[in-house]
Amino acid sequence: MENKNNPKVYYEESYPPVPTKSVKFWRSCVIWQIYRFFVLNYKVMKIVAFGHN
Amino acid sequence: MAKVVVLGAGIAGHTATAFLKKKLGKKHEVIVISPSPYYQWIPSNIWVGVGRMKEDEVRFKLDKVYKKWGVIFHQAKAVGIYPEGDVKDAKPYVIAEYTSEGKIGEQFKIEYDFLVNATGPKLNFEATEGLGPKGFTESVCSYSHASEAWKNLQHVFSKLEKGEKQKIVIGTGHPMATCQGAAFEYILNVAYEFKQRNLSDKAELIWLTNEYELGDFGMSGAYVKRNGYITSTKIFAESVLAENNVKWIKRAGVKKVEKGLIHYETLAGEYKTQEFDFAMLIPSFAGAGLKAYANDGTDITTRLFAPNGFMKVDADYTPKTYEEFNVKDWPETYQNPVYKNIFAVGIAFAPPHPISKPQTSPNGTSIFPTPPRTGMPSGVTGKITALNIAEWILKGDDSLKHRASMGKMGAACIVSAGFSLTKGQAATMTVNPIVPDWEKYPDYGRNIKYTVGEIGLAGHWMKLMLHYMFIHKAKGYPFWWLIPE
Ligand SMILES: Cc1cc2nc3c(=O)[nH]c(=O)nc-3n(C[C@H](O)[C@H](O)[C@H](O)COP(=O)(O)OP(=O)(O)OC[C@H]3O[C@@H](n4cnc5c(N)ncnc54)[C@H](O)[C@@H]3O)c2cc1C
Repeated sequence: MENKNNPKVYYEESYPPVPTKSVKFWRSCVIWQIYRFFVLNYKVMKIVAFGHN
Repeated sequence: MAKVVVLGAGIAGHTATAFLKKKLGKKHEVIVISPSPYYQWIPSNIWVGVGRMKEDEVRFKLDKVYKKWGVIFHQAKAVGIYPEGDVKDAKPYVIAEYTSEGKIGEQFKIEYDFLVNATGPKLNFEATEGLGPKGFTESVCSYSHASEAWKNLQHVFSKLEKGEKQKIVIGTGHPMATCQGAAFEYILNVAYEFKQRNLSDKAELIWLTNEYELGDFGMSGAYVKRNGYITSTKIFAESVLAENNVKWIKRAGVKKVEKGLIHYETLAGEYKTQEFDFAMLIPSFAGAGLKAYANDGTDITTRLFAPNGFMKVDADYTPKTYEEFNVKDWPETYQNPVYKNIFAVGIAFAPPHPISKPQTSPNGTSIFPTPPRTGMPSGVTGKITALNIAEWILKGDDSLKHRASMGKMGAACIVSAGFSLTKGQAATMTVNPIVPDWEKYPDYGRNIKYTVGEIGLAGHWMKLMLHYMFIHKAKGYPFWWLIPE
């Protein structure tokens, strides 16, 4: 039976963290994301470069 | 003149071919045998599956590129390997069957000095009754499957627009399927497309997986540094799904699919069903099904291949329990231990054992992902094998000094979560190494310094940039070799 009083608890989906408005803002803020683009590329390149000899 | 035959023109085979030809030049022959006339950049099939890219944006014809490189190309599929030749001639050879129009089924023989098996996975839909495009579910594992998925997804949109409720199930279609990352990307992209059309409220999205915990991805999960915490990919994956209103069913091994109904067994041993209107489930993977024969015609397939059809290489295949699994079991040179002039790269090599912890239901069904071998290790193993073979041919150096173990190699996984230059998103995750090394990194099995776990628009730009970069590289455009695998 659908629980109308406590509909959103005791479900697997109710436990994980979900992003706040501010997190969502930074995720799509173009200026910040341009900076993150370079940081992420640098980090990924480091992994690629050291992976084999 | 040496003759190198490469079977397969996917990420591993095509990379091997490019480097072989670059190093060997005109003096030696490089021959490619592959059943499709196209090279396809498989990771972008996800975008074909949601109508954001057309088939021709993720594929191109191989013959033009190979002609430019001086590589001989046969549109055919290899069916048998004769590593000792036959009674008349000891020269090893391959038997292949043409797949090009006008010649379909015609067999031919190609001799080799070195053989690179890069045949990737056979999409083993037959292992699950009713699975796949010939059954009742979709696939995004090839561009044609992804196009078909997009066609059928549009029917879902029309029904939702009419106010009908729709159940969408995406995940793994076999108790031991791998490649969760691709299915995960697809469900996030489908969720994004629903949102863009304001259809989310009528669509129920369900992630159905054989993983013990979400975020296992066939590599026993990972830990990433995120917002001042070290977080497991379980939390990361659950958080992404919860944010996108996706429910999940985990520890589920799909046994059979009927029209609109998935039958699965749980790790607890229960038999359950899940209804669906649209389902995209990844099949199990097997080897390409090549056979091998001794010079007297005796079948020696088991000498070259593991029971799952993948080729044996320099891994430690001693049966082991999870507690005994060791990073040193993983191969470094991808050379066949019996026939030293045969190599298997990319998905074609047989892994020594799973990375995830093997799990069995009380009914004896193994329900856990087999190890993934993603694009980066496929490209890297193709490249180092090409360099080793080239040095063997050119300098007589058979020491195979170029090495790459999945226990040392890192991997970056960019999980697309929506296609748009301004509103798109992707989750960027990195692990190093792919196979955890608990001796070297006793806390997390991997180097936590090199991990990233971040969601944002930048990830989408990276994924899009990689699409264009890798197609540039695969076409052999100027300075292609500067682009890393
Ligand atoms: C939808 C999807 C999304 C993915 N996304 C990512 C991602 O974002 N990042 C990532 O790193 N990885 C991703 N992967 C995984 C990646 O695509 C694989 O790791 C990679 O394609 C493996 O390369 P391969 O060369 O071993 O196999 P394949 O690319 O499958 O190539 C195999 C080749 O062998 C040929 N062949 C088959 N049988 C024969 C035969 N008998 N004789 C001769 N040739 C034969 C095939 O036609 C093909 O050309 C994704 C996979 C899928 C399905």
